[in-house]
Amino acid sequence: MTNATTASVPAVDVRGVTKTFPSRRGDDVTALLDVSLSVHAGEFVSLIGPSGCGKSTLLRIIADLDSPTSGEVSVFGKSASGARRDQDYGIAFQSAGLLPWRTVAANIELPLQLHGMTRPARRARVSELVELVGLSSFASSYPDQLSGGMQQRVAIARALAESPRLLLMDEPFGALDEMTREYMQSELVRIADESAAAVVFVTHSIPEAVFLSNRVVVMSPRPGRIQTIVDVDLGSNRGERLREDAHFFEKVTIVREALHGTPAPHSASRGVDHR
Amino acid sequence: MGWGVVGVVALGLLWEGYKAFGPVGGFDVAGLQLLPRTTDSAMPHIADMVARAFQPVNSAPGSPAVWLAVSTAALSSLGTASMGLVLGSGVGVALALVMLRFRIARSAVLPWLILSQTVPLIALAPLVVSWGGRLQLGDLTWERWMSVAVIASYLAFFPVAVGALRGLSSPDTIHTELMHSYAVGWWKTLVFLRLPSSVPYLLPAVRLGAASAIIGTVVAEVSTGAKGGIGRLIIEYAQSGSADPAKAWSPIAGAVVMGLVAAGIVAAFGATLGRFRRNEVAA
Amino acid sequence: MNAMIVRRVIPPVLLGLAALVLWEALVIVADIQPYLLPAPTAIGAQLAMVAPALLSAMAATGSNALIGLVAGAAIAVTFALLASRIPAIDHLIAPIVAAIAVVPIVALAPVLTSMFGATSESPRRVVVAIVVFVPVFVNALRGLRQVRPVHRDLMRSYAATNGQLTRHVTLPGALPFVMTGLNVASSLAVISAIVAEYFGGLQNGLGSRITSAAANSAYPRAWAYVVGAIVLGLIFYGITLAIEAATNRRR
Repeated sequence: MTNATTASVPAVDVRGVTKTFPSRRGDDVTALLDVSLSVHAGEFVSLIGPSGCGKSTLLRIIADLDSPTSGEVSVFGKSASGARRDQDYGIAFQSAGLLPWRTVAANIELPLQLHGMTRPARRARVSELVELVGLSSFASSYPDQLSGGMQQRVAIARALAESPRLLLMDEPFGALDEMTREYMQSELVRIADESAAAVVFVTHSIPEAVFLSNRVVVMSPRPGRIQTIVDVDLGSNRGERLREDAHFFEKVTIVREALHGTPAPHSASRGVDHR
Repeated sequence: MGWGVVGVVALGLLWEGYKAFGPVGGFDVAGLQLLPRTTDSAMPHIADMVARAFQPVNSAPGSPAVWLAVSTAALSSLGTASMGLVLGSGVGVALALVMLRFRIARSAVLPWLILSQTVPLIALAPLVVSWGGRLQLGDLTWERWMSVAVIASYLAFFPVAVGALRGLSSPDTIHTELMHSYAVGWWKTLVFLRLPSSVPYLLPAVRLGAASAIIGTVVAEVSTGAKGGIGRLIIEYAQSGSADPAKAWSPIAGAVVMGLVAAGIVAAFGATLGRFRRNEVAA
Repeated sequence: MNAMIVRRVIPPVLLGLAALVLWEALVIVADIQPYLLPAPTAIGAQLAMVAPALLSAMAATGSNALIGLVAGAAIAVTFALLASRIPAIDHLIAPIVAAIAVVPIVALAPVLTSMFGATSESPRRVVVAIVVFVPVFVNALRGLRQVRPVHRDLMRSYAATNGQLTRHVTLPGALPFVMTGLNVASSLAVISAIVAEYFGGLQNGLGSRITSAAANSAYPRAWAYVVGAIVLGLIFYGITLAIEAATNRRR
């Protein structure tokens, strides 16, 4: 596929996707009901909602780890499974999921090795990536020697290894402490800008979604549906200062009100939930 | 290590202490014999056991020292046991792979495997032994030592098969999904994910298999009376009975050393796989 | 529920039946000699014929296994309690237990026979007790060490004595671990009781009957005694499973 076509085709196109899980008692659980969503190339989109709203299920369907009961998913104009076979996306989960017997470098190298890249090319690419996530001095460490935040950075580097045009992230910072989390968010903004990849990011943290995204997709549970989509667009220069910016709080309030379904009292916009 | 030496010395003191002060005829309660007799023929002095090990096996001219005869026999048994272990582990891992690949094989075979670990299949030893010298497979005449190796492999097989299956099925969902997201097939997932993560399960299984193979070898040698092995010596030397009671302890010491050496070999093998055991759960 | 039983029970039962039928057919079609493998029907016929002798042999071996199991387990739990309280004992025993675990203990049977006398059942029971000691000791000690700190703190806040702590917290907490050890030990007890008979001594148990039948070329009879050994192993396993289930329910 050439660059000319990718520009016109959306990175992810979800049309009328419904997903029901059969339950043992016979009453099926509807995780997603008639969900449609389009993510442009290079765009950062967050999925947010309470647990049970199907945000992770939607991500897993895009990644072809689950298949929809009905509806269609296309990734760069191909079917989800076609995109998976062509390795059009990189994925990071809530836990880092590193292989404990491989060093940091070897973990990042894994997808390259599996897909038959030559050893010298792998070497070069891995050293770029450890540099990108700031772990050059830990390349030959093993995962159990790293902190949770460092492990998660390795997982992100691994997801970026094959320079995918789409990055799928399922609450990758969910298990980190607040300080590490904010640092990782800034890093992710930088990395996403540098790689120019589209990102679909699942989270349950409102400030995180607002800080990172171009658009925030607010979902509601039982059955999982898209409630509304909030355009954020805080510009490309998102430094630490942004977290204390009034514009930022305003967007946080909008997303929160959309999440709760009713407009919150105006004063609530001050007491921002920093989760 | 130091404590181990102290522990062995304590056992020795217990032995000599009971021999010095225990009742000569043993101790019975309501016809149930609780404690052994303490005569020299029942419980020889430890010094006598050691001294006997350095004397010739019998009065025939050119007879080797007992320790030498025992070492030779132990080496030969260790060889047979290793062959059994390798054979049994190979078949065990192969069966585990089949069970991993085909769900139906797993649900049909696994209950039998687990059940068979709870029943005394070693009772079959004297029967397998009876193949010796009678069975012809083409040009191959079935030798008695082959029966011994088959029994050893048979005992080593079960723990390895079960351990391998547990290890191969041990990867977390997150890792199997990662492999799925990389669009790689069953074999690559096996090589890059399942085999490495099976190591922490496989090593204890092989250790157990090695101990079982040695027990199987000794028992099978006792049942066959196959010459050359340590099992034969245990029976033979015990038959000299009260005339030469200290002699019977040498092959037992040989069997103990053999078990320790085998465990040491497995441990050394495990040490080379250290990087696959980083998350090892304490066994 | 029903579907689960069908899925989990049918395949192994089918495989077992198929193996039996195949075995019988193979023996007939390939004309396999009894010394290699007698037919299941021949073994069944022998089972019926030797039933009384088989039962008495099972009783002899079974009682050896049971006495050795109970004695070995009691000693193991006692030593585990000591080792969990007194570090020196733990240091002394740990390497010996590790060694016993990898060593063919049955090899002791002949010298034990000369220690206790050739007409005594004790040698087999001692072998069983030593073999049983290892898994029970290891598991019991693991259980005794797993006292949850919150429970210990609770007992401390009640100003409970060490004895009370042991009786109300440590022992009940260790019980499931002891049961796991007994589970393994029950199978080992039967196996070592049979194997110890191969090394001489009294000739009244299953192991002796198997060897003497094999020595007389009465192969189907030997196999019938093997079937008895398997049944004995299953009985021991089943009983420990039942005890384990009962103790778990009480918790």
